[in-house]
Amino acid sequence: MMQSFSDVHCDVMRSGHSACPGCGQAISMRLVLRAIGTRAIVVTVPSCVSVIAGPFPNAAANVPMYHAAFEVAAASAAGISNALKIQGREDIPVLAFAGDGGTFDIGLQSLSGAADRNEDIIYVCFDNEGYMNTGIQVSSATPTHAWTGTTPTGNTRRKKQIMEIMAAHRIPYAATASIGFPDDLMHKIQKARDIRGTRFIHLLSPCNTGWKIAENMAPKISTLAVETNIFPLYEIIDGLQYRITYHSKGLSVENYLSVQGRYNHLRPDQMDSIQTETDRIWQDLKEKAAKHTPTEF
Amino acid sequence: MRYLCCRVQSGCNEFWRKILKQFITGNHAVAEAACRCRPGIVAAYPITPQTPIYEKLSEMEASGKLGGIMMRMESEHSSMAACISASLTGVRTFTATSSQGLALMHEMLHFASGARTAIVMACVNRTLALPWAFWSDQTDSLSQRDTGWIQIYVEHNQEALDSVIQAFRIAEDVMLPCMVVLEANFISHFMEPVDVPSQEQVDGFLPKVNVPRRFDIDNPSFIGAVVNQAQYQDSRQLSQEAMYMALESAESVDQEFGSFFGRSYGLVEAQDLKDADLVLVTSATITSTARFAIRQLRKKGHKIGLVKIRLFRPFPTPHVRKLLDPVARIAVIDRNISLGREGIFCAELKAALSNSPVKKQIQGYLAGIGGTDVDDDLIQQIVLDALSRQEFVDRPIWMKEE
Repeated sequence: MMQSFSDVHCDVMRSGHSACPGCGQAISMRLVLRAIGTRAIVVTVPSCVSVIAGPFPNAAANVPMYHAAFEVAAASAAGISNALKIQGREDIPVLAFAGDGGTFDIGLQSLSGAADRNEDIIYVCFDNEGYMNTGIQVSSATPTHAWTGTTPTGNTRRKKQIMEIMAAHRIPYAATASIGFPDDLMHKIQKARDIRGTRFIHLLSPCNTGWKIAENMAPKISTLAVETNIFPLYEIIDGLQYRITYHSKGLSVENYLSVQGRYNHLRPDQMDSIQTETDRIWQDLKEKAAKHTPTEF
Repeated sequence: MRYLCCRVQSGCNEFWRKILKQFITGNHAVAEAACRCRPGIVAAYPITPQTPIYEKLSEMEASGKLGGIMMRMESEHSSMAACISASLTGVRTFTATSSQGLALMHEMLHFASGARTAIVMACVNRTLALPWAFWSDQTDSLSQRDTGWIQIYVEHNQEALDSVIQAFRIAEDVMLPCMVVLEANFISHFMEPVDVPSQEQVDGFLPKVNVPRRFDIDNPSFIGAVVNQAQYQDSRQLSQEAMYMALESAESVDQEFGSFFGRSYGLVEAQDLKDADLVLVTSATITSTARFAIRQLRKKGHKIGLVKIRLFRPFPTPHVRKLLDPVARIAVIDRNISLGREGIFCAELKAALSNSPVKKQIQGYLAGIGGTDVDDDLIQQIVLDALSRQEFVDRPIWMKEE
């Protein structure tokens, strides 16, 4: 039975943070912190997270946070986690909050190192599909054809498959999550909390400004990303056992793409190619999941 | 000059070990010191010529002697990142690197001091690429001059060991990270007799870790939040004041070390200054050879003094001025270069003496760059050149063995 979080009122993330109105990432942070509780230490790196957390002397999160350098979210979290071990305080979970740039690009080496050593950390990648904090530039998490300030005619690259990269490290737990499915998201955080070793959460966090959507659209877009299979919800145990945690309605990708200004320039053939690629990846995921006997979520 | 002849028979028992010195490399001495300082976290990555420190500490971890956790990182950059966050958690941390590794760490070095951590790092001086090379050259650590780290340059293996122990005391006293700098090969891989103190002795000198636990679950704060202009300026001013405190701390820790272990080094060391017509200023291993060269010169009737600069950051300006204010002619030897300027110790010395009441002539010499040999003949040549020179020039003079 999936636990419901609708009756949880204690927010670790306080009001008065400095995110843009309706920011998908602020909602993501709120949900992750609500699920983890106040007994945790969080490392963040240059990203919207570090801005949202507030300028000195304000702090939006009611947990100790440390703003490390861009490329060392994982290494910094690992340093804390090992130090806590020496101090006999292993009961305190250590989380790393990084954006897609800090994870897919500049932070990939330190993340890979930490995953290789199976450091006892929960790494949460808030993926808003570009360098939004610096004003919308392309990253290796930006989807094909999406507009950014440095891909003015649309991104010609493919979105890096970070979950496959993490699975290849054979870490004990990796999962995707979306703020469109808050119970699923928080359940995964709590599941991760109860596992030791490197745990990775790939969290889609719409950026209203960068995606050119209305201020009230982040949750809806996050739901559509899942329902169109653009961003399926699944988890990977030990890098091998894939399990789909929500079976989507399988809507056409047009439902997701046509409501975002960053795809305004899309031609019909480009729309078709995104649909084809989405279907292929979804089919591949279903096949991987089918290899394993479903277990209780 | 530094090949001292003393051998400890292998397989000697514990009794002999206590009264005899151990014949070990500088890297080994550093590892023995670091281990006895009981670091909770050692995060490191291999680079020649630092690797024996990393390996030796790994052996100590495997045998249970280290006590702490060894994090075998995927880069020096991540090693320093892990040390910083571990130090913020309230744990004693140690790492070691060299050359390219130190350069890769550069960003995190600023972080380490800005976050007011008490990390201790051994840096083995090695040439920076390009061209690729593996020899002693101080430019790697000296180009980290402005990162807010305390820097101690050591002359021999014993001083390397002793300085690591002192470094933890100083760093935890003023909450600034401290780098103990030893030269590639000349110290890192050369074996010398070293008095390795017992664990009990080190425990008596270095108290248990006293680094604040900055992540308080019950009273959370945000370390490293974005600040405004004035707050940034205040932060830097506080760090500068901590550096002044480090000057006092380094001096008192060294004195206390002296009364505890019977060895002390000072922040700067003077030899034969009283009647000197010219003072030679050196750092690190060149000093040992210079001691010998100056004895030879004195036998020939030349009145030469010697000043060794051990602490580079904070720069011991008051100590240097006390010794060199009365001196009119100074020669400086640098195994490093700030391209487009001169040897870095020379430039620093000139700046430190600019308010000196006695007019000075200071001549910079570049010798030993790239790990080339600086023997006593070369040092005598340098001194004789400085003694006889009509005009001191602003540009450094390149000195090479013939």
